[in-house]
Amino acid sequence: MTMLDVKSLNVWFGTGRDRVDAVKGANFTVGQGESFGLVGESGSGKSTILRAITSLAPNWSGIIQVDGTPVVSPRPKAFFKTVQMVFQDPYASLHPRHSVDQVLGETLHLHGFREIDARVVKLLDDVGLGQKFRFRYPHQLSGGQRQRVAIARALAPEPKLLLLDEPTSALDVSVQAEILNLLADLRQEHNLTYLMVSHDLSVVGHMCDQLAVMKDGEIVEIMSVAALRKMEATHPYSQHLLHASV
Amino acid sequence: MAETQSLRAWLLTDTPTSRRHAKLSALYQGWLTFRSNTMAMIGLGILVLLVLVAAAAPLLSPHDPFVQNLGNRLAPLGSEGHLLGTDSLGRDILSRLIYGARITLYIVALVALIAPVAGLLVGTVSGYAGGWIDIVLMRITDIFLAFPRLVLALAFVAALGAGIENAVLAISLTAWPPYARIARAETLTIRSSDYIAAIRLQGAGALRIITRHIWPLCISSLIVRVTLDMAGIILAAAGLGFLGLGAQPPSPEWGAMISEGRRFILDHWWVATMPGLAIFTVSLAFNLLGDGLRDVLDPKAGE
Repeated sequence: MTMLDVKSLNVWFGTGRDRVDAVKGANFTVGQGESFGLVGESGSGKSTILRAITSLAPNWSGIIQVDGTPVVSPRPKAFFKTVQMVFQDPYASLHPRHSVDQVLGETLHLHGFREIDARVVKLLDDVGLGQKFRFRYPHQLSGGQRQRVAIARALAPEPKLLLLDEPTSALDVSVQAEILNLLADLRQEHNLTYLMVSHDLSVVGHMCDQLAVMKDGEIVEIMSVAALRKMEATHPYSQHLLHASV
Repeated sequence: MAETQSLRAWLLTDTPTSRRHAKLSALYQGWLTFRSNTMAMIGLGILVLLVLVAAAAPLLSPHDPFVQNLGNRLAPLGSEGHLLGTDSLGRDILSRLIYGARITLYIVALVALIAPVAGLLVGTVSGYAGGWIDIVLMRITDIFLAFPRLVLALAFVAALGAGIENAVLAISLTAWPPYARIARAETLTIRSSDYIAAIRLQGAGALRIITRHIWPLCISSLIVRVTLDMAGIILAAAGLGFLGLGAQPPSPEWGAMISEGRRFILDHWWVATMPGLAIFTVSLAFNLLGDGLRDVLDPKAGE
């Protein structure tokens, strides 16, 4: 079963002379229940792929299939029940004037759930935040706690595919490990599929089964994590990346 | 435990236990920040006093503000029964000032209701929608900005007739474009932020995003701007009154009172000075309050 199928995806910004091609002809597939990593340096187009899938990057061409159905613009509500995203910076992804309760409650309301109170409690338990965090505002939370709230928000509609945009790069190292373990546990519990962007090969090695190496908007190599561990990269750029991170 | 926990500790807790608790706690912390600003507290004090005076005007004023006594006209300060003297028709100036507070508050309240709301609406829609909607709305705003304020108000009042309501309408009409500009600028920075992207990923529509997510962040800076503009609005209303286009005689509007006193300004200076001082005090109070509110409400100041 294929969860996500991306074929000859191009994403660009601007028009005419200002046009910048951020992603050029990307192809990859992610199977149901798999965890797929996108690695590359800054500006290589990793995050742009995620934004194109979720319609946050408006100009794209190619085919994106989620759970067997091609995506259309504008995305229907059902799409957001299947695909959710966790953003890179937990300090920017929560509304500064909304309490945790409001954030999760509104999300559940938008997806048409009932018994919102009970669900908010359960979501907070799922991400390892207790009841006492329910009515706090973002400025009363630490970075790791904020990212847990963001993960709870992404889990609220009970999605099948979770897009993770460098979910730990804004956190310090000890908190990074906590969040990565939480994500790994959640994936097992909820049978989720992950598409994870990172510039950190060790994070991808820990979290993913397969990965794609990107450079200048193109996917230069797709390999398994087992091959990554054995340092069996074939493309010179991925070899370079591997040696740099050892 | 519940008895030993004081109200203050309950309000300052980091772990609120209900929605109401969280709201009250946030309010109380804002109040503490505001209270530490002495000048802002002075401003607030003056305005609270003004409201009380306006509410209790019939009890406080020593005389009827409309009763004339031509035998006792232009009495000086501190004369018997007339603490601030009398005007050219023998009316008690103190009583007229007290009743005038009602008119001033009325104007301020109406303008504060109309102009920022219109500006917020135009600005956020324009900023969030972008494209041709943005272009059309902003050019309209530019047109209103290009008019000299008092002249447009004059034309408006001349067309609709003199009176307080028309003066308020004229002032509001010229006051909203700056608010629209501020709201649009704020919206442009807010709309590209991750938390707006996140709520869009929950399938939220434009209306919900603008009213629930963008407005709460714009409103605080607008409130600050409105309080700082209040002084200007009071002065504009007084200016219209002075020109005879705002409140009509015999209503005790402060600007109209200055206008009446102008004829005697050399020999009987207090007739024009006392309402002038009242306008000055209230304008100053609004400015002080606005400064304090900025410290409390400005989201960029950091928590």
